[in-house]
Amino acid sequence: MTALRLFLVSIAALAAFALAPAQAGVFNPETFRLDNGLQVVVVENHRVPVVTSMVWYKVGAADEAPGETGLAHFLEHLMFKGTDTVKPQEFSKIIAKNGGQDNAFTTHDYTAYYENVARDRLDLVLKLEADRMQNLRLTDDVVLPEREVVREERRSRVENDPNALLSEEMAATTYLNLPYRRPVIGWDHEIVQLGTDKAYAFYHTHYAPNNAILVVAGDITAAELRPMVEKYFGPVPRRDIPPRVRPKEPPHHAEKRVTLKDARVNQPQWTRSYLAPSYHEGESKYVDALEVLEQILGGDSSSRLYRALVVDEKVAAGVDADYQPTAVDLSTFTLSASPEPGVAVERVETAMDAEIAKLLETGVSEDELARAKKQLLATATYARDSMSVAARLFGMALATGGTVDEVESWPQRISAVTVQQVNEAAAAVLNRENSTTGVLLPQPAS
Amino acid sequence: MRRAVPRIAAFVLLILGALLGGPSPVYAVNVEKVVSPGGIEAWLVRDPTIPIISVQFAFRGGAALDPGDKLGLARMVSGLLDEGAGNLDSKTFQRKLNDYAIHLGFDATQDYFIGRLKTLKENRDTAFDMLHIAVTSPRFDAEPVERIRNQMLAILAQKSEDPDHAAALAWSRTVFPDHPYGRPIDGTPETIAKITAADLHKFAKERLARDNLLIGVVGDITPEELAPLLDSTFGELPAHAAKDTVGDATLRGSGETVVSNRDIPQSVVVFGEAGVKRDDPDYYAAYVMNYILGGGGFSSRLTEEVREKRGLAYSVYSYLNPLEHAGLVNGGVATRNSKVKESIDLIRAEWQRMHDSGATDVEMVNAKAYLTGSFALRLDTTDKIAETLVAMQMDHLGLDYLDRRNALIEAVTKEDVDRVAKRLLDVKALTFVVVGQPEGVVSTSAPAGDARPAAAAAKPAETAAPAQSMSNPGEAGSRPPANAPAPDPQSGAKPSGDTAPAPSN
Repeated sequence: MTALRLFLVSIAALAAFALAPAQAGVFNPETFRLDNGLQVVVVENHRVPVVTSMVWYKVGAADEAPGETGLAHFLEHLMFKGTDTVKPQEFSKIIAKNGGQDNAFTTHDYTAYYENVARDRLDLVLKLEADRMQNLRLTDDVVLPEREVVREERRSRVENDPNALLSEEMAATTYLNLPYRRPVIGWDHEIVQLGTDKAYAFYHTHYAPNNAILVVAGDITAAELRPMVEKYFGPVPRRDIPPRVRPKEPPHHAEKRVTLKDARVNQPQWTRSYLAPSYHEGESKYVDALEVLEQILGGDSSSRLYRALVVDEKVAAGVDADYQPTAVDLSTFTLSASPEPGVAVERVETAMDAEIAKLLETGVSEDELARAKKQLLATATYARDSMSVAARLFGMALATGGTVDEVESWPQRISAVTVQQVNEAAAAVLNRENSTTGVLLPQPAS
Repeated sequence: MRRAVPRIAAFVLLILGALLGGPSPVYAVNVEKVVSPGGIEAWLVRDPTIPIISVQFAFRGGAALDPGDKLGLARMVSGLLDEGAGNLDSKTFQRKLNDYAIHLGFDATQDYFIGRLKTLKENRDTAFDMLHIAVTSPRFDAEPVERIRNQMLAILAQKSEDPDHAAALAWSRTVFPDHPYGRPIDGTPETIAKITAADLHKFAKERLARDNLLIGVVGDITPEELAPLLDSTFGELPAHAAKDTVGDATLRGSGETVVSNRDIPQSVVVFGEAGVKRDDPDYYAAYVMNYILGGGGFSSRLTEEVREKRGLAYSVYSYLNPLEHAGLVNGGVATRNSKVKESIDLIRAEWQRMHDSGATDVEMVNAKAYLTGSFALRLDTTDKIAETLVAMQMDHLGLDYLDRRNALIEAVTKEDVDRVAKRLLDVKALTFVVVGQPEGVVSTSAPAGDARPAAAAAKPAETAAPAQSMSNPGEAGSRPPANAPAPDPQSGAKPSGDTAPAPSN
């Protein structure tokens, strides 16, 4: 059924695609840096005379102070509320009047703003982005209604969805100390205490050219782009940016379990997350092998978990494996399954445990490795089809402390992964004491 | 060098457009008609810059043709065509697709049965051969049939948890009680249980034919290479599909408000009334009007009043929903239970204001600037171009549509918009469905059937998605995804797409 996932052509699918550096290919970008520290990446794609412009700030929800969850995301909303020269609510209208589309997103590690426009409107976009990098103007009469908008967003994304509620509980359990345990959108009781002063303080602490990356992909060259960037971003002053020091995760000694029962649930779910290395934290030597392992376990309809749990044993209707190494701190390697109708979640867990035990006992085969590599390398070619995917891959890498080469050399690194590395990585990561198991169950009406 | 020609042409057009003060025309995408020796037609956009090929195709006639006691049939076929064909059983077929990194998938909307193929150029012939056996000799073996049946049941259960989905279904059921558009594409547990292998074979034999087939191809392939592949892939299909018996739909329940009680903190509201079909002479006027009313995100009146001024919602929108047998204008909002009445009142007021006073000159200028200027953004990947090529054929828009399209938008006058607003926007006929526990909003009619049970709509029979895992540090965006605001009730019309009614949900 994996082929049918193609039809999930939503933004979510694009995001998932983009969020897997597994998709990186050889984009051959050009890079340069302004004197004020702004890093610039240019990816040429001349299919149509349009460009994607993205400004990434190296700050996210994991950089918030305790008690201020949701502040990075709240500020993201407020960045559309005007500057000294752009009136409140005008930013997006100006982009639209110029045939462009704009939006933004926030994660634990970064905040990004983007516009898709005809190449002859790029000048305007860069001017507006440089302006709001330094001249944001906030007043309570636009800030306070927006806080209600964010609370509605939380209701839509989280409180109306038991799966999302379980994800929040799991994150808070998976990490003992890292701020990844807090939700990006924030806890509601803390969102309501955010206001203009806190947003300004966060903005003035973190938003500056030396804490940002500009990625432009599309019908443009670095030679064409550079004068525009220098003109608009060049005069933006540097700031002293506080170092990104976060609480570190201690060793874990106990496996954890979260069970959420909710009357709204009709389809139970089973999930297990293991703490796993990222490019920058933990045993980073395993990240490429773990991407291959992700593919072998759950990458497609021929994968181990799909064959075992869905086709052969028929305990699950769907399975997934998910790993994302592009993060500042420790990541997770996550396995999940939807039970077949009428099958108890316990049976799914037993079957999953058996597959994991088999993997740890006998390892993967050369044939599985070769097939997984072939699949992963094809994704690199497919990724070149989309300029927004390219822009996202470079933005994510650079905003989390990585390099352009981390993206560009990905196919070579995947090609070099060995059976022994995959088996070692599996043994290092798939330990129950490093895991949290989450179960979503119906709550029978009382 | 082949690439240089269209690019220079596009550049010249842009300059001319700027000089003349007119719209920036869409760049020159060169759409070629390819007709195979066997008479099969495809529309092609060549792009040799990346060694991939994207194919999209559609057969007219979709889930609306499902027998009443076998709802979900078209969706079930869509989940099974890639689960074994010819002499390849399911496991072998899937393994071959995976090993060649070929993406093959199918889907059904109310009006169409749709397929997509994406391949690396080096695997082109294998990919087309896999597609060939999938559409001409699907096996429907017992193991995959039961597996996909169970996946559909799991998906039904999962979707039933989603208030957006429930609201969309209830809305369709309310306005189309006596037309197939009121039925769930995904079926129900009872109807899914009744579908047999014989039903699946019958569907494939009757619905997949040459005379209802539309094909779009984009990528690194020439007309000379494509033509014989069209014959080898689709040539064995029967010449004619069975008769399409679905008739035009009349909307019922006009002006009703239906509340479906659900214990959630935020109510989900879906609304709509009769709109325009794609071939209506007022289509473009309605399209511009809707952009101003609720299609234009932060530039729309609904967002301004409901979100920006009052903070009542994260998402509020309207969109044209032109189906084959009914034209609709739909919309939605999600807001805390205590503010549902205020939000609905504001939406009604904006509906009435547009009806009474129409658009302003400034709104007209801004709407046209966006709608013309952003058109090229829809054509930035091979998949999106291929989808557009099929949509152009669905709607009989002509091979030169991409070149004409912006002029069609530009030709809309303020008088056209004012007239179409008066014609379409009737606040008394707007039908609202609310899922939640809204304060101060009561049903004017009983819910049409139980809104709760496993039902259907949006997605194909994809693998039941396990709960969102945590390793992607939950993205939270500033606003809903630009292109996907709508819990589209039944068809799959893209919210604000004027060329792409059906290909995907």
